Amino acid sequence: MALTAEESGRLAALLSEHVDQVTQRWTETVAASLRGRLSQVELRSQLQELRQAIVTTAENGIVDLDAEYAAELRAVLAELSRGRARQGFSATETAISVFALKEVLLELLESHGGESTLRDYVAFSALIDTMGLFTFESYVRTREGLIADQAEQLLELSTPVVKLWEGVVAVPLVGTLDSARAQVVMERLLQTLVDTGSPYAIIDITGVPAVDTQVAQHILKTVVAARLMGADCIISGIRPQIAQTIVALGIEFGDIATKASLADALRHVLRLTGVETTRRSRRGA
Amino acid sequence: MTAGIDLDQPHAQAIRSDEDVVRVRQLVRTVAVAAKLSLVDQTKLVTAASELARNTLVYGGGGGVEVATVDNGRRRGVRIIFADSGPGIADLNLALTDGYTTGGGLGLGLSGARRLVDEFDIDTGVGKGTRITVIKWAR
Repeated sequence: MALTAEESGRLAALLSEHVDQVTQRWTETVAASLRGRLSQVELRSQLQELRQAIVTTAENGIVDLDAEYAAELRAVLAELSRGRARQGFSATETAISVFALKEVLLELLESHGGESTLRDYVAFSALIDTMGLFTFESYVRTREGLIADQAEQLLELSTPVVKLWEGVVAVPLVGTLDSARAQVVMERLLQTLVDTGSPYAIIDITGVPAVDTQVAQHILKTVVAARLMGADCIISGIRPQIAQTIVALGIEFGDIATKASLADALRHVLRLTGVETTRRSRRGA
Repeated sequence: MTAGIDLDQPHAQAIRSDEDVVRVRQLVRTVAVAAKLSLVDQTKLVTAASELARNTLVYGGGGGVEVATVDNGRRRGVRIIFADSGPGIADLNLALTDGYTTGGGLGLGLSGARRLVDEFDIDTGVGKGTRITVIKWAR
């Protein structure tokens, strides 16, 4: 929604003639909705910047958010919503910073407006709505960016390969094992097998909530790949409900060793490698 | 997440991507917990739902699922309906054979899912799409 030239002029005049009143009332209205989670000083400077951007746009031509010369106004709005999104404010709390300008303008028009008060208010309202929607969109974009970043970090984080013993590495799988994660797990495991020269790998699925055919297929492929490199794989963390589900589904793990817990798997490997563990007799016992 | 889930209402979920398969799993688990299925039955039902949801996505080209609790007078259970408007299954007996796959999987999804639930009903035909209804009763 673009304003006409006269409307733009009147808006700019209102906003630049009553600078203090606008900033004061605007800050108060927004601050009330943010409940003190943003300092008055910071809020005031943000809103002042936004007010200035609107005035500058009006001076360059008519106020139209889509116009080329409105780039600064768009940048200020985008920056505002980015900041809010990163600080964890809700979408409503973000948009209200813009929408609160309506109340301020209404007060100003009531006391200073001429004959065209109502028409002006409707036009200004429409402009502010457009600005609010723009803020909302920037907010969503920022949040989507954050979520995508986090998903990527999670993928990296959630697939560690740990060394349990000399020659024994373990992959504790947690959560859903989709194709992307299965690929990361396999790459990490095979690389760690080469780096550490380990002949044994334990894949622990205690943290995988459901083992369906796709998950099973991913695990089986990983085991086969590890075997091709000369390493033996043990699958651990098979809980009773998972065992029953696997049987009902008809998945066969063939000659792959499986254990109920990671401890059992480690004990199994240690026995295979000839390591003996004995409990030291306690003194005085 | 959905602690206060309304059991009387059926819950619908579209299946359009891999993430939706995860959502179906979470929805089924939530309803199964609320319907007081045992841990083993929950896991079996969630796994069956995972298989069938993936089939809906991969072979049916996407579709939808409806999860609801049902009551036969004596027992409570969870009913899940998977529907797609894909090409349908030409030879149902072959598709239900262990190890038969056209998509490079293990070929156990459809037949395995049938073994994981108490009631399994499939309505399909070439060009008709596929509609699978499964029920798991609480013991």
